[in-house]
Amino acid sequence: MLKTKFEIEHLNLHYGSFHALKNISMKIPANEITAFIGPSGCGKSTFLKTLNRMNDLEENVTIDGTVRMDEKDIYSEMDAITLRHDVGMVFQQPNPFPKSVYDNVAYGPRIFGIRKKSQLDEIVERSLRQAAIWNELKDRLKKSALGLSGGQQQRLCIARTLAIQPKVILMDEPTSALDPISTSKIEDLAMELKKDYTIIIVTHNMQQAARISDKTAFFLLGEAIEYGKTEDIFARPQDKRTENYITGRFG
Amino acid sequence: MDKRIQRARRADRAMTGIFYGIAAFFFALLLAFTGKVIIGGLMGASPEMFAFARQGAIGNQLFNTVYLVFISLLVSVPLGVFAGIYLAMYAKPGLFTRFLRICIETLSSLPSIVVGLFGYLVFLVFMGMGKSLLAGALSISILTLPLITTTTEDAIKGLPAGYFQAGMGMGSTRWQAIFHVLLPACIPRIMTGVILAAGRGFGEAAALLYTTGSGSSLRWGNWDITSPTSPLNVLRPAETLSIQIWNLQTNAQDAALANLASAVLLLLVLLFNIGANAWSRHINRKNSGEKA
Repeated sequence: MLKTKFEIEHLNLHYGSFHALKNISMKIPANEITAFIGPSGCGKSTFLKTLNRMNDLEENVTIDGTVRMDEKDIYSEMDAITLRHDVGMVFQQPNPFPKSVYDNVAYGPRIFGIRKKSQLDEIVERSLRQAAIWNELKDRLKKSALGLSGGQQQRLCIARTLAIQPKVILMDEPTSALDPISTSKIEDLAMELKKDYTIIIVTHNMQQAARISDKTAFFLLGEAIEYGKTEDIFARPQDKRTENYITGRFG
Repeated sequence: MDKRIQRARRADRAMTGIFYGIAAFFFALLLAFTGKVIIGGLMGASPEMFAFARQGAIGNQLFNTVYLVFISLLVSVPLGVFAGIYLAMYAKPGLFTRFLRICIETLSSLPSIVVGLFGYLVFLVFMGMGKSLLAGALSISILTLPLITTTTEDAIKGLPAGYFQAGMGMGSTRWQAIFHVLLPACIPRIMTGVILAAGRGFGEAAALLYTTGSGSSLRWGNWDITSPTSPLNVLRPAETLSIQIWNLQTNAQDAALANLASAVLLLLVLLFNIGANAWSRHINRKNSGEKA
């Protein structure tokens, strides 16, 4: 029996008067890849961002309901900064800092107060190896990260997140700006990382969800329509709307 | 149909000619102007004019100018950068922020003679400072503060939103994300503001007329900063190059010296701009890296 990482109950989110997430309840297991699919504007990214409270940065957002991680309410029993140490995030556009490769990966450990060079060196190497990009970058650690290709930048961003040793990695359409080869590298990486991390990925690409995820949730107009094992969702959708979406009748 | 295209082509050629003509005119104007001032100024100079002496030379004034601009930037850069950060990252849209923006815009278009008068009233009359380098430097700071504030704000707002999000997403506090990610990323653009501010300071005369006085008697080697003849003392009167030019011209004493002061002032601004530009390009290159 898999351990539950997140337990979400009756979550509602409003942007001003717009009801963006409607009464969502689900349990997300640890050490698996969970995919959120659905058409643009269905709330899947918004839902992802409630899991590390990135929505706090936006104005006019009101949230009710509970989100528990490891049985702790992340909105009432944790502060956002501590939470984000445990729940890292990879964004749609690769967004390395305009610093060297090394300084990008060392950013997280440094803001947590790690100053020792030897310790930082170790973290940087370990994180880049985990993100399967050490061999490509080991000779250019001092070069700017903005000179890398898009796919390398995205894997660097994953390494940067790994450097703070989170428990969960949220990925918000991490491959939508990348070419097919880079995409498959990121997918392989996600499959590899789920041994040690819980991964939640938002994707537009249904094949991607089918290829890599263990569980899939289908969102439509702010509701979680259907949630279950990926093979069930794709082979035997229970809801007519899920079936219409995955067979390409809208989206 | 053919006629229409021919007409369009002719108009295109004519406009191209006009653009080239105007560009050439500006280039020639600039060259003639700087050439006249610099060459004219240096040609009429004698070696003793370069000395650091109380009279008949420009050395002390050159030092005063650089020192005054340095002190003024020391005040206006931190204040302006922090104000810019506040406006870009913290200010909530509303009445107060709008009022603040109007204040900054007004400040940036104040005539410098008015700022000089204000500096005179506040620093000299109210605070009892006496005509001094510090009073002048603070007046220049008032003039340049809006410039640095708006450049910083624009620089931060011009960064990709991903930088801030990535920083926050890793569990930084707001200040950590600003200080370690956003600020380093916009240093080249902030530098542009600092260059403009320094240029303003180098050339400013009106705001200094009431505030810095025209002292030029420095005893080099006197490093006691409380002594009125110490070059480092900020509370002594200090004649800058622009004030010197004004003094020399209005009192019609020494046209050759005034010309030399103008030439050196122009060269100073030019060198500073080139240097600051090179530095900011260097940082830009370091940030953006070479392509893989």
